[in-house]
Amino acid sequence: MKQLPALVILFWLAAVMLAAVVDLQPDHIHLEYILAAADHHAWLGYDDLGRNILARLLSGAGVSLLVVSAVTLITLSIGTVLGLLAGFYGGWLDRLLMRITDIFLAFPGMLLAIAFAAVLGPGLNNLLLALCMTSWVGYARLTRAQALSLRQRQHVQASEALGASPWRLMRHHMLPLLAAPLVVEATYSMAGLVIAEASLSFLGLGVQAPQASWGSMLRDGVRYLLVAPHYVLATGISLMSLVLAINLLGDRLRDHWDVKRA
Amino acid sequence: MIRRVIKRLWGVLPVVFGVLLLTFLLLHLVPGDPVDVMLGESAAVADRAQLRAELGLDQSLPVQFVQYLQHLAHGDFGRSIHSGQAVSSLLAERLPATLKLAMLALLIALLVGLPLGILAALRARHWPDTVATLFSLSLSAMPHFWLGPLLMLLFGLWLGWLPISGMTPASAIILPALTLGFGLSAILTRMTRASLLEVLSEDFVRTARAKGLSESHVILRHALRAALLPVVTVVGLQMGSLLAGTVITETVFGWDGLGRLLVESIEKRDYPVTQACVLVIALTYVLVNLVTDIAYQRLDPRVRLS
Repeated sequence: MKQLPALVILFWLAAVMLAAVVDLQPDHIHLEYILAAADHHAWLGYDDLGRNILARLLSGAGVSLLVVSAVTLITLSIGTVLGLLAGFYGGWLDRLLMRITDIFLAFPGMLLAIAFAAVLGPGLNNLLLALCMTSWVGYARLTRAQALSLRQRQHVQASEALGASPWRLMRHHMLPLLAAPLVVEATYSMAGLVIAEASLSFLGLGVQAPQASWGSMLRDGVRYLLVAPHYVLATGISLMSLVLAINLLGDRLRDHWDVKRA
Repeated sequence: MIRRVIKRLWGVLPVVFGVLLLTFLLLHLVPGDPVDVMLGESAAVADRAQLRAELGLDQSLPVQFVQYLQHLAHGDFGRSIHSGQAVSSLLAERLPATLKLAMLALLIALLVGLPLGILAALRARHWPDTVATLFSLSLSAMPHFWLGPLLMLLFGLWLGWLPISGMTPASAIILPALTLGFGLSAILTRMTRASLLEVLSEDFVRTARAKGLSESHVILRHALRAALLPVVTVVGLQMGSLLAGTVITETVFGWDGLGRLLVESIEKRDYPVTQACVLVIALTYVLVNLVTDIAYQRLDPRVRLS
């Protein structure tokens, strides 16, 4: 049971890789199978254009994992650097960063990402941009708060007294201690990004047809809810399994490293 | 107390200014010419010039921002490109539906989340706790656009108890409110449980028990009062998220509120409406947070008397 979250995540990773290697024809249209139930060929049935739902789910998982890893990599780097600099040097830099993050945090939930994606226009690149513009804030706040207290630790002070450069202090004496809380934060944030990508695609702001995405599949699924509940159920359960698994992994990492979350 | 409130108000001003600046700049993030995007490239030159002047795009950026603030100060959010209606009247039309939905969702969240959290804390590590944990864990992995359809299937299609979409009959509000409320109740359950568990191990609870008070008296009069303080903060913070959550929920259920207005405006590239919706939701969020903060200070004797 304890390994279940990791197994679910591995399952989706393997499935995405399989879908990348073997062409499962997620865009192939079978007009005679529109919204048909599962058969031996399409294990989860067919969508509103007679496409294989399972093949599209795997293709959509690829988009989801791509967005999640790209956005996490970019925003984790930016947020950590900004937070570290602000926490280390303090002063106007710190005040400026705090002011800017305050403003970003004044927009609840997904609202700012929706607004950015709305004016940038639909498409994968703009989706990535909109999510990056809003996701760095959490990392910056966390790193800054941790850096402020790490700055006062004895080993940092001692190293500074011995003449270590600011770069060396940050890179060798502070960053390694930041790794655990940042990885935990990143894990939870990845679960949020799976939902965020799906939300934007649900609103038609994400990747465009015919490329599959869990969000747009849910939107189409809701449209045909009454005639083909299997469409919504298959997509929703996939999304939920991945989000739940990532959240549980986050819980385990948090307990393992004994990280306190704000 | 008054001084602290004034100080808090003063601290919120830069944030409000930043929110105004960011929503103002939204229109300038549009790739290319927003007038082209809104009217289409084939529009007449005179129409484009008129829209350009109306949006103030022929002025320099700082002048535009000052004009934007001046208009807002007069309650003027501009005009919808699509219908020509004043955006303020569109907002006034849609806001009540959203507020009604949000209030009912909050009520549901409190009615489900508080008892469940309290039960989980009192029976920690027994089956009520397990049930509550499973409930909040699975709901935290269910975004509104998945929970909504699931409730539609269950209560609309299979049980046939409730209408699944639209604004009528009156019972049509139940499913969207449940969708919004359940999401929030998951957070409330977790917070209430954690908070009450912490309080139950404190000295004053042991003292209350030691002097022979009944268990229900200890829980209700002593422990719960202290435990619910942090929950008040969470409820306040989540009120704003509730408003943001209406964007998706209203789209799923065809509920004609502010959230749906935002999505419709995005689809029609009606940027003044998009801008106004984002601004109204963000400012409401800031306001609710401010009120929560002040309320918390009034409620907590440790903060009030310090």
